[in-house]
Amino acid sequence: MHDHFECIVVGVSAGGMEALKTILPALPANFSLPIIIVQHMRADARDWYLANHFNSLLTSTVKIANDKEAIENNHIYLAPAGYHLLVEDDRTFSLSSDAKVNYARPSIDVLFESAAFVFGPALIGIILTGANSDGAKGLKAITEAGGQAVIQDPSTAEVSAMPSAARNLCKNAKITPLPEIANYLIKVTEEKGRLI
Amino acid sequence: MNKNDLTRIEIELLIDAIKKRYGYDFSHYAQSSFRRRVENRLNALGLNTISDLIPRLMHDELFFEDVLVGFSITVTEMFRDPKFYRDIRTIVIPKLKTYPYLKIWHAGCATGEEIYSMAILLHEEGLLEQTQIYATDFNNTALKTAERGIYPLDDMENHAKNYYEAGGAKEFSEYYRTQYKSAKLKGFLKEKITFANHNLVTDGVFGEMHMIICRNVMIYFDKNLQDRAYSLFVESLIHRGFLCLGTKDTVAFSIVSENFEILAKRNKIFRLLPNAKLRNRIGEKHA
Ligand SMILES: C[S@@+](CC[C@H](N)C(=O)[O-])C[C@H]1O[C@@H](n2cnc3c(N)ncnc32)[C@H](O)[C@@H]1O
Repeated sequence: MHDHFECIVVGVSAGGMEALKTILPALPANFSLPIIIVQHMRADARDWYLANHFNSLLTSTVKIANDKEAIENNHIYLAPAGYHLLVEDDRTFSLSSDAKVNYARPSIDVLFESAAFVFGPALIGIILTGANSDGAKGLKAITEAGGQAVIQDPSTAEVSAMPSAARNLCKNAKITPLPEIANYLIKVTEEKGRLI
Repeated sequence: MNKNDLTRIEIELLIDAIKKRYGYDFSHYAQSSFRRRVENRLNALGLNTISDLIPRLMHDELFFEDVLVGFSITVTEMFRDPKFYRDIRTIVIPKLKTYPYLKIWHAGCATGEEIYSMAILLHEEGLLEQTQIYATDFNNTALKTAERGIYPLDDMENHAKNYYEAGGAKEFSEYYRTQYKSAKLKGFLKEKITFANHNLVTDGVFGEMHMIICRNVMIYFDKNLQDRAYSLFVESLIHRGFLCLGTKDTVAFSIVSENFEILAKRNKIFRLLPNAKLRNRIGEKHA
């Protein structure tokens, strides 16, 4: 059995910037789990702009995930615009330009399902604000593999459709108001063993 | 044994069965995408386990053809990533104009939108006449679509938008004829294109190319297979030849990285250095 979490995946769509700004800076410097984020965006969006913005704000390194790059602690990765982001068994990323899933590429389901397969119970999945139902199936896959599901309380979401869809499909997820998500993450990672 | 470990074994058996029966080797494909495609296929067929696929694959060749098509996703667009074509126009074309004739290879051309985009661009630059284009893929169904050059009319709006963003200055609709709900690209664009099946996993060099375009294919390969393909490209390029990759591909971390200079960083256009030498010959690693 895993005695600690190894990775966090986050799915977020409309209203994501504000939600991420609430959570990420509230995590302490010694919170070292890698965080992998799918923020829905158009294929021609300037993804590096978002990465640079957060990189200047946080002590962790924030970057756009590259194909075949190894996943490291103290890093926050964003899926590149126009590509699905997946996790491989050797804890590296791979990208794909397969068809959109839930009208999205990158799609949250694609990241979550591949990460659930690789990390199993050592994974935390978080669904935040958004206007689509992407991520609900992926979050369910995470709980089925023994991982922990967290959903932003829809009433605290800028757009509630996405967390609501996730809540409907994933009954055992922890529903958490946005301002408390960071503390919740700190608590569960401490409870489940050590902070790596 | 947990469900995921079971899936790992089943995928291995499936890959092994396909390899032994049909010679296609998926063992060096990025496994997470491959698994996704297999699972999509299972769902479409209403099968419960990956193992259920194997007996039918063994005994039904037509079924295999069909499954193969599903394994090779061919999502593409005309003038996909318009800025890439802008860079081709401004950075590469002036250099290509110094050669008396050109050979250009599109590896993993899928349903062909990319080839016709290049043909249009070459035509506008006055280079199409002296160019031979090789369009290859390992998916015969996709190649047939490419050869036909007929695309849904509904897609043309987006293709036109890309064309103008890519610096196109003509009337885009002059490049095709409308038939019912499709757009058929004009014949002169096709004259210089040879379509052929070529598998980047198993096939070798077939000519000396001035430029190779291989976009959004390498991301489906693991590092080993990427190295094999990149080595093949180096061997296939003329002295100072050009290599164009997808926005998220790079030769930077491959065994051939030292052979290239970067002409366009974001749009992934590389050129063989004058003293390029292939350090690892193809075959040594994969023989
Ligand atoms: C996502 S498409 C890319 C199409 C186009 N180059 C573009 O960027 O829009 C990937 C293509 O690679 C092809 N492919 C995958 N494995 C291959 C192999 N081993 N040899 C040749 N082509 C392959 C697939 O059949 C598919 O058509």
